[in-house]
Amino acid sequence: MDIATHVFSALYQFGDAFAFLVLSACGLAVIFGMMGVINLAHGEFIMCGAYVTAATVHAGLPLPLGILAGTIISALVGVLVELAVIRHLYDRPLDTIVATWGLSLIATQGTLIMVGSTMAGVGTPFGSFQVGDYSYSIYRIVLFCAALGVLAGLYALFNWTRFGVLARATIQVPHMASALGVDTRLIYSLTFACGAGLAGLAGGLYAPTMTLVPTMGATFIMEAFVTVVIGGADVFLGTAPAGGLLAIVKSGMTSWQGQLFGQIGLLVAVIIVVRVLPKGISGFVLRERT
Amino acid sequence: MSKSVLRGLRAAALTGTLVLGSTLAPAAENPIKLGVLEDQSGDFAAATIGKVHAIELAAEEINKAGGIMGRPLELVPYDTQSDNTRYQEFMRRVLQRDKVDVVFAGFSSASREAYRPIVDQFNGFAFYNNQYEGGVCDGHMIVTGAVPEQQFSTLIPYMMEKYGKNVYTLAADYNFGQISAEWVRKIVKENGGKMAGEEFIPLGVSQFSQSIQNIQKAKPDFVVTLLVGTAQASYYEQAASANVNLPMASSVNVGQGYEHKRFKPPSLKDMYVTTNYIEEIDSPRSKAFYAKFKAKFPSEPYVNQEAENSYLAVYLYKQMVERAKSTKREDIRKVIAVGDVCMDAPEGKVCIDPKSQHMSHTIYLAKVGADHSISFPKTWEDIKPYWLGDAGCDLTKKDPMAQYTPSNPPPKP
Repeated sequence: MDIATHVFSALYQFGDAFAFLVLSACGLAVIFGMMGVINLAHGEFIMCGAYVTAATVHAGLPLPLGILAGTIISALVGVLVELAVIRHLYDRPLDTIVATWGLSLIATQGTLIMVGSTMAGVGTPFGSFQVGDYSYSIYRIVLFCAALGVLAGLYALFNWTRFGVLARATIQVPHMASALGVDTRLIYSLTFACGAGLAGLAGGLYAPTMTLVPTMGATFIMEAFVTVVIGGADVFLGTAPAGGLLAIVKSGMTSWQGQLFGQIGLLVAVIIVVRVLPKGISGFVLRERT
Repeated sequence: MSKSVLRGLRAAALTGTLVLGSTLAPAAENPIKLGVLEDQSGDFAAATIGKVHAIELAAEEINKAGGIMGRPLELVPYDTQSDNTRYQEFMRRVLQRDKVDVVFAGFSSASREAYRPIVDQFNGFAFYNNQYEGGVCDGHMIVTGAVPEQQFSTLIPYMMEKYGKNVYTLAADYNFGQISAEWVRKIVKENGGKMAGEEFIPLGVSQFSQSIQNIQKAKPDFVVTLLVGTAQASYYEQAASANVNLPMASSVNVGQGYEHKRFKPPSLKDMYVTTNYIEEIDSPRSKAFYAKFKAKFPSEPYVNQEAENSYLAVYLYKQMVERAKSTKREDIRKVIAVGDVCMDAPEGKVCIDPKSQHMSHTIYLAKVGADHSISFPKTWEDIKPYWLGDAGCDLTKKDPMAQYTPSNPPPKP
């Protein structure tokens, strides 16, 4: 009984950390990991998703539809950003840092000016359940399942669909894809929108559990970048194992020594992985396979 | 009339206007300058935009009523962006380039300690209009916010009597949280209680699953939440959804970040806060202040304790300048040393303590109900900021320009 309680608690904490890492990172895994655009406005796409979700829920929509609205609006914003800014910078990856950083400042400050310093929360649904001495939030299990669902969806999208194959072809050898009649500009736009939409989805999913403020994206960005950096270029083979590894380190260290050591442990693990596997976990896995 | 006479007349007329101009101009063009360094963006903005608005409101009222000694009050505001280095940059700018007479600055204790050495170095004069962990004994500073002996020595014994003696502290991991937690530890021990646990959370952390479990493991009777910034405020929602269901006590929540308005009920149920002002306080003075505030800033989400501290600070400054007939810090401190700088603020009567240059306050115990309505089970009137003076800080005699804590008190003479 007691052991079962401890095991469940450890699993729950792992799942919670895993969900946060994977959901924060999946959009960035597409935009940065796959497309190579260093998107410092990633947190603001998440904020956009959260704000749209909260606004639509306040307007009377049920939460799942609100999250869907947040995802779609973020994806549309992603299309606009790609057309206006990112499209011109694919050959200049370092310049995307400056451009997206500027976008992030504009988005944060613009939201502050137009929507105000805070937005009312929507409340976490589903309540709680009890295992042994501890009570847990059911919504956290939903988040974990959502993270698994997103990973499975990404795997299916990029491996089994025509769009996924075209996207990978376009990003690997753009002129070849273009010569074979692929509309590479459209594919780039759609892929970027997919990444932005995933960021919006993360924001929508976490909106009920967090403070809604213009700077909320910043609390996701560190976890998102480290997960993608150690994951490497492949969206599924990178993000899933990277999220798993970092979640073990983070939840273990946090339960042992508190939040500060959880963060320290996370960053030390990242440094070690980057040092040992410069191409990330997916680079290592794929090289083994060939 | 000869040409020369005409020229003379013209010259006289010109000089006349010049003389007239120079006698009128000082009133209009020699304002008293008040630097305003507050976070209008970034992680702390939700709690601090109201401070800027309160200062604007007070300045407008004072200017309408004829200014300070006939001189208008001019605000020199900068957005410090919740960033400590911005405080240092702008503090140098207002003191050196804008040459302000006084600066109202700072929300987080980290930012105050970042700018305080600069105020000391350039011999400036600053008001810190914010509740904090206490202990700043610095003649260049006046603190209008409440301190631990006002907020914790009222709150913690009340909570221990009502709920039990096992206390858990969840605090932000920087000087404010660490020193406040030290105060909680001290008061819990003095009252025969026990610390069930303590955890310090880095600023900017927003995920609390593990901390929630640590609290459940420790089984405290209540939790002291000293969480700062909007990211950390996510704790309440997450704790409520995990059904932690423990009473909470705080010196910073509700009174600063109006969490009871931002989160959906009942996530802040049974939160107890000691504060010297919040907009729900039901007294004629408080209501009049609230009405004036809302008339000028109709979309203000909440009028919090730091807004009131900032508002009353402008009037205190006016009173001190008018009594000193000078804006020089030395002259103003002579007025403070008399020991009767008091005013009727929206919260009630407040006075400056000459030894520490901190303020006495009316402390309200605010309780958040299940529907997030506020009730006031208890009020303590005229609670003095006694600790620094008792510990040996006396700014009327000596100015150490230092911050002290219970474990690091002023040196005995």
